[in-house]
Amino acid sequence: MDDQAAGGGTPVGRRVVLGMLGLGAAGVVWGSKLADVFNRVLAPVQAMDGTGLTSLLPAAGRFRIYSVVGFLPRRTPAEYRLRVTGLVERPLELTLADLQALTPVRLVRDFQCVTGWRVPEVPWKGAALSAVLDAAGVKPEGRAVSFKSFDRSYTESLTLDQARRPDVLVAYELEDKPVSGAHGGPVRLYVAPMYGYKSCKWLEEIEVTATVVEGYWEERGYDTDAWIGRSNGRRDDPVG
Amino acid sequence: MAAATTPSGERAGGRRTSEKHPPLLRFAPVERALHWANATLFLVLIATAAVLYLAPLSALVGRRPLLRDIHVIAGFLLPVPWLVARWGPWSAPLRADVRRMARFDALDRRWARSFGRDPFAKVGKFHPLQKLNAAFTAGSIPVMIGTGAVMHWFGWFPLEWRTGATFVHDWVSLAIFVVVAIHISKAVSDREAMRGMWSGEVGARWARRHHPRWYYEVIGHAEGEIVPRVLKPGRTGSDT
Repeated sequence: MDDQAAGGGTPVGRRVVLGMLGLGAAGVVWGSKLADVFNRVLAPVQAMDGTGLTSLLPAAGRFRIYSVVGFLPRRTPAEYRLRVTGLVERPLELTLADLQALTPVRLVRDFQCVTGWRVPEVPWKGAALSAVLDAAGVKPEGRAVSFKSFDRSYTESLTLDQARRPDVLVAYELEDKPVSGAHGGPVRLYVAPMYGYKSCKWLEEIEVTATVVEGYWEERGYDTDAWIGRSNGRRDDPVG
Repeated sequence: MAAATTPSGERAGGRRTSEKHPPLLRFAPVERALHWANATLFLVLIATAAVLYLAPLSALVGRRPLLRDIHVIAGFLLPVPWLVARWGPWSAPLRADVRRMARFDALDRRWARSFGRDPFAKVGKFHPLQKLNAAFTAGSIPVMIGTGAVMHWFGWFPLEWRTGATFVHDWVSLAIFVVVAIHISKAVSDREAMRGMWSGEVGARWARRHHPRWYYEVIGHAEGEIVPRVLKPGRTGSDT
């Protein structure tokens, strides 16, 4: 008879289970710091890995596709229109070609999500949001900008001063390719110095308003001023 | 474990006529039901996780909220098969096997110290690696439910915990994927082990070869009795 059947022996099962519970709890409390370390260690490994297998590892710099609705909204580049409305002199309806006719701005910046993942050195290209606003002409009483997504659910917002920063783009290229549907294409917002939820995907409308209208995630508890490293209780390296 | 023997003299189905002993009962119905209920939930969780986590699959399948709901519900259901099996009137064989599973006896320790090379470290009803697999799986359930709960109801916790919980959930899920993949590949490469989990029965020859201590326990030789046939070190450990 196995002697464990009589109750003797090393309680390996209990040790494994309790050890996992202890590590799991510690990981929840301190995991955000550990995740930073993992990110730093794995980023160079991933950069050298031609197979792409390490991109499957958690914490290695990679995008995760989020959407707040049950589908990935689709709109072809040809049928795409961006409306600029609200407190503007000239309401606009821009095609992708109109946006591309504005001076292109290319930025290479880390992309930081408020849930912890960070993609290093992502190239973005688009028109400066300030140039789009100037084309429409912001009225003096316009103090903020709201963004609407053609997923029919997502909204975001910035103050006018934030919106006029040179590192805020109406982006149509990501990683030197047209922004894919999964990443919010054909056109999305990119707010470099703020957490990813400010970078409204599937951008359909820019509305100039008198005051900041809180967006989808702000209504659910996220900070409205979402500076990376200085908001949402996080201490990530700032971007910008 | 005398209760685990099949009535001697009966032979199920006449398979393996060369064997001197009828098949042995390895897993009681309650254990098989628990195993397959658990396996179904794990496979649902792994499949939905893959779609939620892997960007190309996400883009292909979409329907993110539905998959997330399935994933969350399946996750919170994980303890149910265990609770029903463990606390119902049918629990006796399960409890007996959990007692065996949970402990490394002297020969298991000897097996582990020699990394499986000691020919005298005979395997009992459960291989030491099966014991570790069971302990890991058991431990992973509360860890994944706990971290999953923090991710699901993130508003109730510090934002740092959300990152930490995501970190733990990601890495433990990777470990689960590896362990489950090994477990399944071992199972499909050993038809007799698979038969044990489908029908409950295993051939006597297989039992003697892979679980010699259990085999002699069941067929009634006293422990330590010299049985020359077992002294020939059979290859152990091909079933998990």
